[in-house]
Amino acid sequence: MASVVLEQRPAGSPPGAASRRGRRALRIATPYLLLAPAAFLFLLFIAYPIFRQFDISFYDWHIFPGVANPFVGWSNYSHIFRDPAIRTAAWNTLLFLVITVPIQMGIGLFAAAILTDRMPGRGFWRALIFIPVITSWVVVAYIFAYIFADQGGVANSVISLFAGHTVHIDWLAQTWTGNAVIWLISIWKGVGWSFIMFLAALDGVPRDLVEAGRVDGAKEVRVWRHVVIPNIRPTIMFVLVILVIGASQVFTQVFILTSGGPYGSTETLFTYAYQQAFTFFSFSYAAAIASVMAIVVVGLSILQIHVLRSGDRS
Amino acid sequence: MSLTFKDELRAPTTRRTRRERIRDSQPGLFGIRTWKKTRLITACIFGAISVFPLLYMISLSFQPTGDILTSHPVLVPTRPTVINYVQAWSENSFGRYFFNSMEVALGTVLITVVLASLAAFAFARYNFRFKEIIFYAFLAALAVPSVELIIPQYLLVLKLHLTDSLFGLILIYASENLPFSIFLLRGFFEAVPKELEESFRLDGARTLRVLTRLIAPLSIPALAVVAMFTFNFAWEEFVIALTLINSPTHRTLPIALNFFIGEHTTQWGPLFAASVIATIPSLVVFLISQRSFQRGVSLGGIR
Repeated sequence: MASVVLEQRPAGSPPGAASRRGRRALRIATPYLLLAPAAFLFLLFIAYPIFRQFDISFYDWHIFPGVANPFVGWSNYSHIFRDPAIRTAAWNTLLFLVITVPIQMGIGLFAAAILTDRMPGRGFWRALIFIPVITSWVVVAYIFAYIFADQGGVANSVISLFAGHTVHIDWLAQTWTGNAVIWLISIWKGVGWSFIMFLAALDGVPRDLVEAGRVDGAKEVRVWRHVVIPNIRPTIMFVLVILVIGASQVFTQVFILTSGGPYGSTETLFTYAYQQAFTFFSFSYAAAIASVMAIVVVGLSILQIHVLRSGDRS
Repeated sequence: MSLTFKDELRAPTTRRTRRERIRDSQPGLFGIRTWKKTRLITACIFGAISVFPLLYMISLSFQPTGDILTSHPVLVPTRPTVINYVQAWSENSFGRYFFNSMEVALGTVLITVVLASLAAFAFARYNFRFKEIIFYAFLAALAVPSVELIIPQYLLVLKLHLTDSLFGLILIYASENLPFSIFLLRGFFEAVPKELEESFRLDGARTLRVLTRLIAPLSIPALAVVAMFTFNFAWEEFVIALTLINSPTHRTLPIALNFFIGEHTTQWGPLFAASVIATIPSLVVFLISQRSFQRGVSLGGIR
């Protein structure tokens, strides 16, 4: 990039050597000055906590003042592998990720494909599909808690209607149904985000290429496989990485809907870590869990980008 | 083909030529005519599924408690009432929580937009040492968001004496939103032609004026997207607020909503009324920024 920074002085200022040096210093400092406020907040509230997290995880750290915080080395980490509750939480988190991410992306891409071309009320449909994204998690969780209530919930009524007799499923009080409701609401709320990303990407697919493929007599599916999908690959990668990061730290919907119950069977890694920290005050153990998660998630992201990039080249 | 034929029969001449113009200027991914009906029906289904729970919530908010708690769900209010709204607003100092949330959301948007614009301007328009490294350091933080850092952030806020303060929330929310905002804005700012900036500077404009008078006005779509995402993040954030805010007077809306759920009884009616009120600002912000929205996403650095 050409250096375009030409600080203009008011006409009256003397062109002395000192002021010239000052101007040069200012020119060099400008980008850093522009960055400084954002960097300050970032370092204080994001970067420092990342290091602090690792730091705490090596101590038996207490929040109460005046209590000794002995250094315990890796013992918080080795405890992770001996904790049976965390296995359930890890399994639930993994299951959540594997189920919700591909479904969200699939539906999002499908809906984007449906709504990318002109059609009656296109803008309206697009807005409708995006609305769940902007609705607050707390609100969404409560509507679904009501819909899936055991007494008088719509879900049970609809099932009763089809079954021909009254059905009372206590959705949120059982492991599998509780998990299923959590998946469902996460997919429902998440689809709009992938949708809008894919919509933007499909907008950028060169239409003449698509037309050319079609003129050559290629079937719709082949056009998609060989022209459209390769063109939106960067977006697919971006959406996948962001969704995996998001899914790995699923929290709010679980916290509100089931609080990890019954008996910790719908617990996820972060509801578990949160409980360890703020209910049992085992900050160090929670920090160890979060640190492991951070490393796993960053590793996963790099791996995904790497795999998808190498697929690009072939 | 039969579909086209019918269309041509029905459509008046002027409309047909307009259609043809559109067809020529932007051939669709499916061809403009293929699957039109199927696509429309599918769109209806998607739209319906997306809004059903919300419409149902609105309907419930106008129902008396008796109807909400029956064993047979009432989809459309038969005995509409506004008692839930009156109750939601008058009890629990709901108005206060609403304005707390508004303060936090607007503060977060202001700080994020200003700081991210300045930083993105530096990344887009200047060369400096470690530029890309610093940029990727920001980006890497996308992999470690919200819930992940809650414990150390809590301890930090304790140390800074910012617990129970809305300002503390604003600072954390802004920090969490900076990486994505800078990422999006950088792509947009880079798209503003250099020649424009040079001529602007020759006219005597200083650095900040270039940003506020030239680059920002040309990047309204991206700024709208950043503002919308940031507003929504701050408006609905739950865990951090739950952890950092202790006193009832400083609660934000999501936390306040959570308190409608009692230990033994749930006040569904007021809860849904409050939920409807809580959703309105998000909707308004979305509708305002919606026009700019798609351009903002597609021109950002993602593609």
